[in-house]
Amino acid sequence: MIRLEKRPQPSQAWSLATPLVAVLATMIAGGLLFAALGKDPVEAIRPIFWEPLFGEFAFYYRPQLLVKGAPLVLIAIGLSLGFKAGIWNIGAEGQYIMGALFGAGVGLAFYPLEAWYIFPLMVIAGGFGGWLWASIPAYLKTRFGTNEILVSLMLVYVAEQFLASMSLGLMKNPEGFGFPGSRNLQQYDSAHNAELIAGSGMHWGVVAALIAVIFAYVLLNRHMVGYHIRLTGEAPRAARFAGFNPTRLILFCLGTSGMLAGLAGMFEVSGPSGQVSIDFNVGYGFTAIIVAFLGRLHPVGILLAGGLMALTYIGGDIAQSNLHLPSSAIQVFQGMLLFFLLAFDLLTNFRISLGKPEVA
Amino acid sequence: MDLSAINPALLIASLMVAATPLLFAAIGELVVEKSGVLNLGVEGMMIVGAVAGFATAVETGSPLLGFVAAAGAGATLSVLFAILTQYAQANQVASGLSLTLFGLGMSALLGQSYVGVKPPQMQKIDLPVLSDLPVVGPILFGHDPMLYLAIALIAAVWAVIKFSRIGLVLRAVGENHDAAHALGYKVVRIRILAILFGGACAGLGGAYISLIRVPQWTEGMTAGIRWIALALVVFASWKPWRVLLGAYLFGGVTVVQLNLQAAGVAIPVEYLAMSPYLITILVLVILSADKSSAPAALGRNFHAAR
Repeated sequence: MIRLEKRPQPSQAWSLATPLVAVLATMIAGGLLFAALGKDPVEAIRPIFWEPLFGEFAFYYRPQLLVKGAPLVLIAIGLSLGFKAGIWNIGAEGQYIMGALFGAGVGLAFYPLEAWYIFPLMVIAGGFGGWLWASIPAYLKTRFGTNEILVSLMLVYVAEQFLASMSLGLMKNPEGFGFPGSRNLQQYDSAHNAELIAGSGMHWGVVAALIAVIFAYVLLNRHMVGYHIRLTGEAPRAARFAGFNPTRLILFCLGTSGMLAGLAGMFEVSGPSGQVSIDFNVGYGFTAIIVAFLGRLHPVGILLAGGLMALTYIGGDIAQSNLHLPSSAIQVFQGMLLFFLLAFDLLTNFRISLGKPEVA
Repeated sequence: MDLSAINPALLIASLMVAATPLLFAAIGELVVEKSGVLNLGVEGMMIVGAVAGFATAVETGSPLLGFVAAAGAGATLSVLFAILTQYAQANQVASGLSLTLFGLGMSALLGQSYVGVKPPQMQKIDLPVLSDLPVVGPILFGHDPMLYLAIALIAAVWAVIKFSRIGLVLRAVGENHDAAHALGYKVVRIRILAILFGGACAGLGGAYISLIRVPQWTEGMTAGIRWIALALVVFASWKPWRVLLGAYLFGGVTVVQLNLQAAGVAIPVEYLAMSPYLITILVLVILSADKSSAPAALGRNFHAAR
């Protein structure tokens, strides 16, 4: 008989090995799935994990890795702080949208003025927008004990409707011939989040993501707040007895994750995307949840996981054009990856033992 | 602007159709949550149900078989969720999310060849005299059978939860799984059955969209109501009849909004469309003062220490 025994300590070795095992399992299961659908499995897997890095057009795809990875890492770092403390912000997608709207709003308000201070103001506005949107569930949770999962999730849809309303109304390009969408910020120098080194994909969002990784690492390992976060997640009762203020922690974790998501949205709208449009958000806020888990809620792990998930996004685009797959087919891989990761996580916290239970 | 063009009887009839997918998905999720499990994968199960139902109906020519397949597909996908949360002890929020992602991608792959195909029509129940009654006719009679099934399902779930032993056990598991376990109830088995029921219902809801409400297959077609089903359960404070009320309210908002647009009223659609979510948040806040309504063990995993 197979039984599960809870480990007294989570296994270090399995904790590191599960992401790798999960990626391997995803490749195998994905290959089998494509084979079942009558497509060549190798041809389906190769563009996702090989082509962007070493393929013929890798010179084009490698910068994309930074462009797609930066928002994922930025959002996932913020989420991981909350997840560690058992605070579930599921609405990063909404905070991402609001950050983009606030940032772009400030930029568009200054148009066509050219000045050095516009971009910094947009950064602040973007972070503020995300922070504000995440503060709603934080406030409701601390004040009324409302479930933050559901509130943050509901607010994603509200933010999507705001986005639609803005790109059709207030922020619509007056010179856009009636098409929905704002002015293109890429053509507005003071507001453009341009590549720092041309052709590298390196923009301010990438810099911010790297800073966030370092910030989170220091916070969690060298700072009292990080200790509170870890203790609250691992032993909530002990944290209460120690007199930690849960209200402050909730406000901090949700606020920070919202701010980082907002920044990610702002860097995206002023850089790679360029304009506020109805289909601006592409699910980074949700994928970032996978990134956070895949990276074991550890800053360095998240950095690596963000790179991997960026790879699946790019690979998805390639598979879409080469194999004529629908664009959302890549979500099969993302879903499977999370699925296997969660399943194999069992081995981190539990020991599987065969045979009859011992008599104590 | 011409409001007189809106026929109230037809409006109510169409809001009932708009609300039915929500009814299916929400009543399934209600049972799942009553057992103490939070499944955020409703959208994934709905969309897989939508594509499976559509494909089956097109291939066999029978919408009824389509619905059966949809329920099966939804339940099959929910098995993954059950394995993750009940056996692998995985986090329910993340598991639900993986289900949604997987379902969305999977349905897009499977449905690729069905874009633009017309599904077979489901026969409406036509009662010779009753359907022709002036106002009552189009509202109460002359719908498709699935719409009545959804309402019957609400009644059945209400009766089972309120009056039967099974309902009592379900609630016990959802309120306090340790106590239920101590009393000898199979917590994991009951929860898995609830999850399967929820999956089947979500599948039916998805197929209702692709076969009757729209009726065609487009990628990600359940997006409009992705989390309303989830919101509805909270809105209804886990009571079946209130799910019916809430679904008709939300369905009503959708239909009225479409009608107002057609009549040329200048209300920003986006603000109307976000209202169900804002109302839900408001209800959540009000409910959180009264902790008694939510199942106490909601979202917590159970692992029997033997």
